[in-house]
Amino acid sequence: MKEKARLLDKEAVERSLMRIAHEILEKNKGTQELCLVGIRTRGAYLAKRLQGCIEQIEKQTVPVGILDITLYRDDLTLIAQQPVVHKTEIEFDITDKHIVLVDDVLYTGRTVRAALDALMDLGRPKTIQLAVLVDRGHRELPVRADYVGKNIPTAKNETIEVRLRELDAADEVIITEKG
Amino acid sequence: MASWGRKDLLGLEELSREEIELLLATAESFKEVSSRDIKKVPALRGKTVVNLFYEPSTRTRVSFEVAAKRLSADVINIAVETSSVRKGETLIDTGKNIQALKADIVVMRHNHSGAAVILARHLDISVVNAGDGWHEHPTQALLDMFTLKEKLGRIEGLRVSIVGDIAHSRVARSNIWGLLKLGAQVTVCAPKMLIPVGFEQTGVRVTCDIGEALKDADAVNVLRMQFERDGESAFPTQMEYFRNFGITKERLAKAKKDIIVMHPGPLNRGIEIASDVADGRNSVILEQVTNGIAVRMAVLFLVAQARDGNNNEHTD
Repeated sequence: MKEKARLLDKEAVERSLMRIAHEILEKNKGTQELCLVGIRTRGAYLAKRLQGCIEQIEKQTVPVGILDITLYRDDLTLIAQQPVVHKTEIEFDITDKHIVLVDDVLYTGRTVRAALDALMDLGRPKTIQLAVLVDRGHRELPVRADYVGKNIPTAKNETIEVRLRELDAADEVIITEKG
Repeated sequence: MASWGRKDLLGLEELSREEIELLLATAESFKEVSSRDIKKVPALRGKTVVNLFYEPSTRTRVSFEVAAKRLSADVINIAVETSSVRKGETLIDTGKNIQALKADIVVMRHNHSGAAVILARHLDISVVNAGDGWHEHPTQALLDMFTLKEKLGRIEGLRVSIVGDIAHSRVARSNIWGLLKLGAQVTVCAPKMLIPVGFEQTGVRVTCDIGEALKDADAVNVLRMQFERDGESAFPTQMEYFRNFGITKERLAKAKKDIIVMHPGPLNRGIEIASDVADGRNSVILEQVTNGIAVRMAVLFLVAQARDGNNNEHTD
């Protein structure tokens, strides 16, 4: 893996999240019935941060849940490195809520498909919206994001790596190339 | 964390500590599924699980069946009394026929030690040992350890006593392997004739004094006295066993206040355990049953995944 460019730095990640928080509040007209659900692993941290941004803006704490979609994947048998199954931690009833699903990178759309199935098994939300830090294109399913931090056109042999301070050394988005 | 690469689960003896910990951690994630309104995930959709039982078993078979169904697998139960085994078919032939049906996992209970190992060697599909003779019953030991960990927060350093027919118990053997690997101290307690000679060499403490086994123990795993297994019993009478080894309120009163009482079931009330203890505050017997489903879901999921794993790239 060769590092090609840094697309977002710490400040850019923070500004993107703050803008997305504003957009979520604008579209949902506040925090009424609003919940954030992050997709493990990095989506969960981004959801937590969006909760912080919304708190700063509206002085309201919206519930945050964590979704593990391993059991809903359609490519489980294709993955060389088996993912470890983690727990889904959604402590609130999602029925009739406005759910904002949060993930780091939107790519083929298969993760989102799996997440939608997983959410539907937990209840019947009023709406499900999608927020991602990076949209890199190459969709294989009819999925689009409602809130996007940055659109980054990529080639298929490139990889987008989102690093977050909770897990990695710093906040940044890197593009790398195979070979 | 370690990854799982085995297509079969045959026993705990062959597993590393990391593999056992991965199984327990995966089971923890699956426990949440059973608490939902819709108790089902699509992880094994399109897979077929065959329960092949050469010995009568209700709870283990039902537990595996529930686990497979909560993973969306299709389940077929073969009870040997009604199968062509009675017409003389060998174990390996039966297994190959199940494989030819394109089943993905065979869960087998067999009265001969080593049967699961033999079957696994002859089949490409996954084999899960649901108890073979006196050898191993890995999922029972895993659910016992899962329950211990859930109740006490750890396995390392715990003192666990296993009371009952140690000589003939696969549950005891699997528990001993697992507990020792995870760093617990194990004591076994039984009438002398029910403990194999030289059993100390496995690394457990051996005693014939029930008071000694309960003293300082964090948990006691009470095995069922299998009076039906020997024809003529290895032990004089059920009453005598209860008098000398039965887990009673009086005996527990001298143990740690929060000692955990486990039993793999089915219970013989008044033989190995008193009724008021089985239903009492220290008992986690029904929680073991609940946890058994999560543990078996984890096992089925991991062996299926290991068998399917090939080299395609993880894309998203």
